[in-house]
Amino acid sequence: MARTLCATCKTARALIIRPKNHQKLCKACFIAVFEAEIHHTITTTSLFSPGDRIAIGASGGKDSTVLASVLKTLNERYNYGLNLILLSIDEGIKGYRDDSLETVKRNAVQYDMPLKIVGYDELYGWTMDQVVEVIGKKGNCTYCGVFRRQALDRGAKMLGIKHVVTGHNADDVAETILMNLLRGDLPRLARSTSIVTGDSTSDVRRSKPLKYAYEKEIVLYAHHKKLDYFTTECLYSPEAFRGSARSLIKNLERVRPSAILDVVRSGEDMAKLVPEEVTGISQCKSQKVSLSSADGEEEGSGGCGNTNGRDSGGEMADMEKKLQLDEEASSREVDVTSLASTADGQNHDRIASKSVGRKRDTSRKLVKQTLGTCKRCGYMSSQDICKACTLLEGLNKNRPKMEIVIDVEDEESSTLRRRMEGVTLAAG
Amino acid sequence: MTETHPKPEMASENTIPILVEFTGGLEMLFSDERKHRLSVPSKDDEGNPVNIGWLVKHLCDKVMKDSRKEMFVLDDHVRPGILVLVNDADWELEGEASYALQPNDNILFVSTLHGG
Repeated sequence: MARTLCATCKTARALIIRPKNHQKLCKACFIAVFEAEIHHTITTTSLFSPGDRIAIGASGGKDSTVLASVLKTLNERYNYGLNLILLSIDEGIKGYRDDSLETVKRNAVQYDMPLKIVGYDELYGWTMDQVVEVIGKKGNCTYCGVFRRQALDRGAKMLGIKHVVTGHNADDVAETILMNLLRGDLPRLARSTSIVTGDSTSDVRRSKPLKYAYEKEIVLYAHHKKLDYFTTECLYSPEAFRGSARSLIKNLERVRPSAILDVVRSGEDMAKLVPEEVTGISQCKSQKVSLSSADGEEEGSGGCGNTNGRDSGGEMADMEKKLQLDEEASSREVDVTSLASTADGQNHDRIASKSVGRKRDTSRKLVKQTLGTCKRCGYMSSQDICKACTLLEGLNKNRPKMEIVIDVEDEESSTLRRRMEGVTLAAG
Repeated sequence: MTETHPKPEMASENTIPILVEFTGGLEMLFSDERKHRLSVPSKDDEGNPVNIGWLVKHLCDKVMKDSRKEMFVLDDHVRPGILVLVNDADWELEGEASYALQPNDNILFVSTLHGG
């Protein structure tokens, strides 16, 4: 079979075909454009300021390893002036984290970054192994996820760091958008699309610099750069719902690779249609002026265009065309919303009528969500009592009974466990 | 590195030596071994040169001991989310399943589906 040459340098053999635009690139040009696009995302969203101390949520897996590697590269190449630190969470799952934490320790040496490991036991008084003892293998991912998100905040706070970056990629964001769409959870859908959560008033901000990076390209970047990462399947069964959303995304990608970024963009556009009083998100935006304007810009260039990334100049005519269309579409959407709210009942296309109908429903049903702090633990939360504290309350209530039962009779404990699972789920 | 075939390096007119690698969590399905040196017949039952499609079926039927075949193959295709690289090139550039295996090819299967 004839070798295809790289579309950029036209000399080396193409090894990569980019999912979002089918561009065929050689290894060196792929690595350059991948890094240039992350740089573009960072600069167009004004994600960092010189002198910032940034904690990288590091699991030793592909996403966070690539994030650490790229941030180190870009920080040096473009003089971001960032102080980067690896922050790892030990969930307390025997046999699961041991190897991945070893990977993070190696990464700390490879990237010359300080490393801080925080355990669930010291943060919450519970390891995940103990949580599973109580609630069973089903549904424990909820606990793990809620605890982990706060663990990063708490770990960062412990280090006096106000900004945590995570390795969430475009596939993750698309998956979350679909899940929230399928659940009808528009407030969360809106929040999950933004690149940064929290603002200058919150203790710790979180952001996703790889938000527009395909998982496939992250894996290929790690492969071609020969990065040291670790893969493991959580010993406790994967969350079924997320699993099916993931399969859906991967199947869509096979049929039409651009679908993943398209879902991300659709999510961003839908987020804009969600009324402010429901999302609580506009509050952050108005407080953080620089960010909200960056958001506006981002929607046009999407972190994937080449307005800033000279390295990628001229390669992405298709993408740019698409982005222009996106921009036009998004301006149309704004018109539709304003029209819909003033002249209700006329000029409705499907989107507009849906959004209006939804607006009524949600604002009646949903308690106004504003980003505040948990009354119990003081960490960022949209509710009075944060999810972690609610879950912990349930766990702590169940603990004494359960420990006795588990010690005595295994069979009985499993039925009890199942019953407990129902109880805690209802409480959550 | 495990030699999973009795005559790994034997290349004759009838067999092709190849290196198959599994990463990104897929090695778990293949006896926790990342590298498998195989010697495959140069022609399939119908006399056509063996291709990756043939190899995938062969791996499923003969090499994989794990019963969770669907983690590797779904509906007779490599499961979406698993990348296939032929000598470091995306197999989409090489004709995917129809790529005819060459002696000493390195076929890498990388899962993007597993977490970290």
